[in-house]
Amino acid sequence: MPSSELVVQIRGLKKSFGANRVLDGIDLDVQKGQVVVVIGPSGSGKTTLLRCINLLETYDEGSIQVDGVEVGFRDGGGGVRKHRHDRELARIRADIGMVFQLFNLFPHLTARENVMLGLRKVRGRAAADAKRIAEQWLARVGLSDKFDSLPSQLSGGQQQRVGIARAVAMGPKVLLLDEITSALDPELVGEVLNVVQELARDGMTMIVVTHEMTFARDVGTRIVFMDGGRIQAQGTPREVLAATGHDRLKAFLARIEMKHH
Amino acid sequence: MTFALQSLPYLWQGLLVTLEVSGLVVFFSLIAGTIMGVTIVYAPWWLYWPIRFYSDILRGIPLLVLIFFMYYGLPLFKISLTNVAAVVLALSAFKSAHVIEVVRGAIQSIPRGQTEAAKAIGLNFGQRLLYVIAPQAVRRFLPPWINAVVDTVKGSALVSLVGIVDLMLAIQQVIGRTYRPMPLYVLGALMYFVINYTLSSASRRLEARFAYIRE
Repeated sequence: MPSSELVVQIRGLKKSFGANRVLDGIDLDVQKGQVVVVIGPSGSGKTTLLRCINLLETYDEGSIQVDGVEVGFRDGGGGVRKHRHDRELARIRADIGMVFQLFNLFPHLTARENVMLGLRKVRGRAAADAKRIAEQWLARVGLSDKFDSLPSQLSGGQQQRVGIARAVAMGPKVLLLDEITSALDPELVGEVLNVVQELARDGMTMIVVTHEMTFARDVGTRIVFMDGGRIQAQGTPREVLAATGHDRLKAFLARIEMKHH
Repeated sequence: MTFALQSLPYLWQGLLVTLEVSGLVVFFSLIAGTIMGVTIVYAPWWLYWPIRFYSDILRGIPLLVLIFFMYYGLPLFKISLTNVAAVVLALSAFKSAHVIEVVRGAIQSIPRGQTEAAKAIGLNFGQRLLYVIAPQAVRRFLPPWINAVVDTVKGSALVSLVGIVDLMLAIQQVIGRTYRPMPLYVLGALMYFVINYTLSSASRRLEARFAYIRE
């Protein structure tokens, strides 16, 4: 595959919280249009990995490049890496979408205003323009009748769909989904995953942390299994879910199965 | 009762002084306190500690001591302030320390996910503060801040102790001439009450307007 198609490139990524090493040398490539599903037990570092990609967490060693740009550091001259300034980071983050486990919608803004905020203030769109784009995306996630609703007036599933619209309206190069259905009632999970599946079909590049194995199997281009801060196994959904000769993965999958049946 | 009515224009003058001093103090303490309050939340340690120190010290000193220090103490350092300036400075310094804590509490009450979501769509620090944090923090800021304003109006009665003829001193002077304390104290208390009741009900209306966040 040509290198111009490479959207996310992670090399030797290491990160510790105090003495606890949560990421212990991660290498990961994500090509344009791929859906990479990250699975693993809690504490395996998968959410931290995701949060490093748009620098909600800093990392200690290694490199993360999104569309060829190092996310966490700038060249301080003479090969010295320095942390980026807030404004540089903002510009980089604008091209990396993120959807959160707890939605994190802005409670003082309507659904439409939630989506419009980034378009207006970051993309510099005129109000009418931003409004049109916001309404288009809200309609795409099935919320045409909720433009003027405040988050507190929406169900969890609806809120999360606004969260998705808010992220994709910015036209990100990659979309990060952090356990976006974990906080939802079971009957609301489907409506959110359907939206994600449609985005995947339209070619959105995504990194998805989830426990939804059916989703991983049906939508994932690749599944990455993490444990102990390392990638223990990866491959096509079929390969990974077969878990041939991999005891930790097999044990993890068995635990997930039990929880869901 | 007529003497009480006759004294009204004089009390009115005092009331204006009370309002003027309170207004200035509310204004200065709001600006200084908000700047320091935002700073203390986001600043590195070398800015954090001076403000923390300032806030703790000032809240720990009785207001009267602070007023006397500004008026009688500062001249020892070759800084002479008029009594009004000294009082406004003392009260503003004292109140700004409270505003710092109110601003800090209001900002820190907002879940971290809000900042993260704002970062994730590419807002820079100033934009996050302006469009995401401040509109939510205002709601938590208002009730304790209005309390502080009411407190300022009441606390401003202490300015009478450095010879400023505010409502309090005006009342005492009229009593000094008439030897009829009760009606005048009641009248004075009523005037303070009217100001502060107006403030608190305005605050309730404001709070209702900001009640869009139902948790």
